[in-house]
Amino acid sequence: MSGTSNLRLALLGAPNCGKSSLFNALTGGKAKVANYPGVTVEYRKGDFELPSGQAVELLDLPGVYGNCGHSMDERVAIDAVRGNLEGERAPDGLIFMMDASHINTHLHNVLQAKNYGLPIVLVLNMMDMAARDGITIDLPALERELGIPVISCVAVRASGRAMLLDHLEDWGGDVLFGSAAKPELEGDVLKDLQAKARSITRNAVTRVERTETYSQRIDKFVLHPILGLVILFGILFVMFQAVYTWSGPAMDLIETGIGLLQQGAAAILPEGLITSLVVDGMIAGVGAVLVFLPQIIILFAFILLLEASGYMARAAFLVDSLMAKVGLNGRAFIPLLSSFACAIPGVMSARTIENERDRLTTIMIAPLMTCAARWPVYFLIIGAFIPQAKVGPFSQQGLVAFGLVLIGVIFALIMAAIFKRTLTRGEASGLLIELPSYKTPVFKDYVVGLYDRGMIFVSRAGRIILPASVIIWVLATFPTKLNGIGGTWAGKIGGVIEPVLRPIGFNLEIAISLIPAMAAREVAVSSLATIYSIAEEDADAKLSTLISSQWSLPTALAFLAWFIFAPQCLSTFAIIKKETNSWKWPLFAFGYLFVLAYVAAGVTFHSATAFGL
Amino acid sequence: MEPIENLRLTDLKKNESALIIGFSAEEGDLTTRLREIGFAEGDNVTPLHFGLFGRNPMSVRLNGAQIAIRKQDAKAVLVRRDEIGAAE
Repeated sequence: MSGTSNLRLALLGAPNCGKSSLFNALTGGKAKVANYPGVTVEYRKGDFELPSGQAVELLDLPGVYGNCGHSMDERVAIDAVRGNLEGERAPDGLIFMMDASHINTHLHNVLQAKNYGLPIVLVLNMMDMAARDGITIDLPALERELGIPVISCVAVRASGRAMLLDHLEDWGGDVLFGSAAKPELEGDVLKDLQAKARSITRNAVTRVERTETYSQRIDKFVLHPILGLVILFGILFVMFQAVYTWSGPAMDLIETGIGLLQQGAAAILPEGLITSLVVDGMIAGVGAVLVFLPQIIILFAFILLLEASGYMARAAFLVDSLMAKVGLNGRAFIPLLSSFACAIPGVMSARTIENERDRLTTIMIAPLMTCAARWPVYFLIIGAFIPQAKVGPFSQQGLVAFGLVLIGVIFALIMAAIFKRTLTRGEASGLLIELPSYKTPVFKDYVVGLYDRGMIFVSRAGRIILPASVIIWVLATFPTKLNGIGGTWAGKIGGVIEPVLRPIGFNLEIAISLIPAMAAREVAVSSLATIYSIAEEDADAKLSTLISSQWSLPTALAFLAWFIFAPQCLSTFAIIKKETNSWKWPLFAFGYLFVLAYVAAGVTFHSATAFGL
Repeated sequence: MEPIENLRLTDLKKNESALIIGFSAEEGDLTTRLREIGFAEGDNVTPLHFGLFGRNPMSVRLNGAQIAIRKQDAKAVLVRRDEIGAAE
C-alpha cells in the first residue's frame, strides 16, 4: 500500500461531526456511523476517487477534541496522524471536519490540528443545520483568518459532496505533488489558542441567539430527571416487545427453510452416519441459532436508531446519575453499552477510562450485560415455555426478556457498588460528553450498520457454531447411541458434571450442552438441537417443542437464571487476562459469576418448584 | 486573573447564565479536557438539566453546544454571575 501515487488523507474531528457519514458516502464503506462519542475506537480505511480519477485512500479516525490523547481511542487518532501506528505511514494531508453549528466551541481544535504540520483543509459540515440555528459563517473571512482552505458541505447529500470533491481535487493534487501549503504552527498553549479562536469567530461568525433550538425543546422532556427515565424505560420496553411481536413471520420462514433443507439432505444423502452428521449435526445445530436472526436484526434496528438519532448520549446522561451513585466512572457507559453486543469489545473499550480502579470495576461487571450470544438461549427458552399470551396490551414473552436484561443490569450496579467499597475504592468522575443535536438518521449509514451487525451474527454461526455442532455430534453419536445419550462419550462427560448441576434442577442434556457452550453461549442452543435431534426419530421436530415436553418449567426458569450470570465464554476471560495483565482478575470474575449463576439457578428452581410451577 | 467571588459552575441554578472566568486546577489534565471540549474564559455557560440523584450529572449550554458533565468536574469551572449579559 506504499505506492507513492496513492494519495492518503485522514479524516479528523470531534465526535459526531459526521466523519463516518462522509466516509461511508465517499467510499461506500463499512465504518459504523453512530451519534455517540467513542464509537469508532479503531480507525477504518477505504478508497475513493477524485473527479479526475486520482485514487485516494481515506482514514476514518476516532473523534477527538484536541491533540492531548487522554484516552486510548484519542491516542489511536493522534498516532495515526503522526504516523506512529504500526504498519501505517502518516497521511499526506488532513481533512478536518467540524459540525458548523459548533464552530464557536470547537474552532480552537483546528488551530491545534494545524500543529501536526500537515497540509490541512477545514470542512464545515451540516451548514444547513447551522443556518437553521441562526449561525452565519463568512467563509472567505474564516479562510483568511485561519490561513487554510475552508469548504462548506452537507456530507449526507450528493450535491453537498460534489462541491467538496471539486475542492479536494485541486487541493489533493497539490498535496500529492508536495506543493500544498503547510500550515503555520500555532504553539501549544491551549488557553492562547482558545483566545485566538474566539477572536476569529468574532470576525467571521455571526450568531443570532435563538430563544430555544428544537433540540432544547425536546430535551425539556427527554432530559427531565424523572420523565426522562420514564421515557428511557418506555423505549427499552417497546424495543423488547417489538423483538417478539414483529419477528414471528420471518422466523417461521427460516424454520421452514431449515426443515426443507434437512428433508432435502436426508433424501439426497445415503442412509446412515453421513446423513445424521449433516442433518442432526450441522443443519440442526447451525439452524437452531440462525433462526434467531430476525430477532437480532430487530434488536439492533432499535439500538442503531437510538445511536444515530442522538438519543444514546441522552440515555448516557440519564443513566449516569445512577452510575455516579454506585461509584462507576462516567466513561463506563460506552464499555457497558458495547457489552450488550459482546463483552469482548466492551472490556477492550474500558481502556478509555484513565483511572485504573475504575477501569477494573467496569471490566468486572461488563460480562453481566446481556450480550448478543445470550439471546438465542433466552429466545429458545422463552419461546418454549412462556405462553404467547398478553398481559394487558403487552406480550408476556417480551416482558420476560425485558426482565432478564434488567436483572443483569441491576446486579451489575449492585456488584459495582460492592467492588467500589472493597476492591476498587475511590471517587469516580469523568463523564464530559457533548450531547449532539437530534438528527434524522441517514438511511444509507443505517442500512450499512444493520447489515454489519447481522453479518457478525451469521458469520459466528459459520465460525463457531458449525465446528462445535460437528464435535458435539461426534461425541453424542459414538461409541454407541443404542442405549440413548447415556452410552455416548457426551453422555459420559455430562454424567461427570451432572451431579453438581442436579441440585439446581439441570438434567443430563443441559449438563452436556453447557460444556461446549464455554466456547460461546449460543452453542448451548445448537448443542441441545444436535443432542435432541440425534435422539429423536422425527428429524424436523422443533427443538422448542421437544424441550417444552421434556423439561419442567422450574428447570427451564433455572436455565434462564443461570445464563443471566454464567461465565460461559472463555474469550471474555482471555480478554480480561490480556487487559489486566494478570490471572487474578479473570479468575476472580469467573469465580464470582459462577457463584452468582449457581445460586440464582438454584433459588429459581427451588422457589418455582415450591410454588408448584 | 483572580476570581472576585468564588463561584463555581456547580453553584448555579437551573437556567442561570454565567460567565466563565477561569479554572480552579490551573492548566492541569482536567483543565485541558475542559478546554478541549470547549470551556474557555469569557464564554457563557448555563445549566439546563440535572440528574436524578444529587443533581449529578448536569448538562450545560455552552456557546450553542450542550455538554454533559459530572459535578466533580464542573466544580473546577469558576464562573461569575452575568446579570446584564456578556460584557464583550
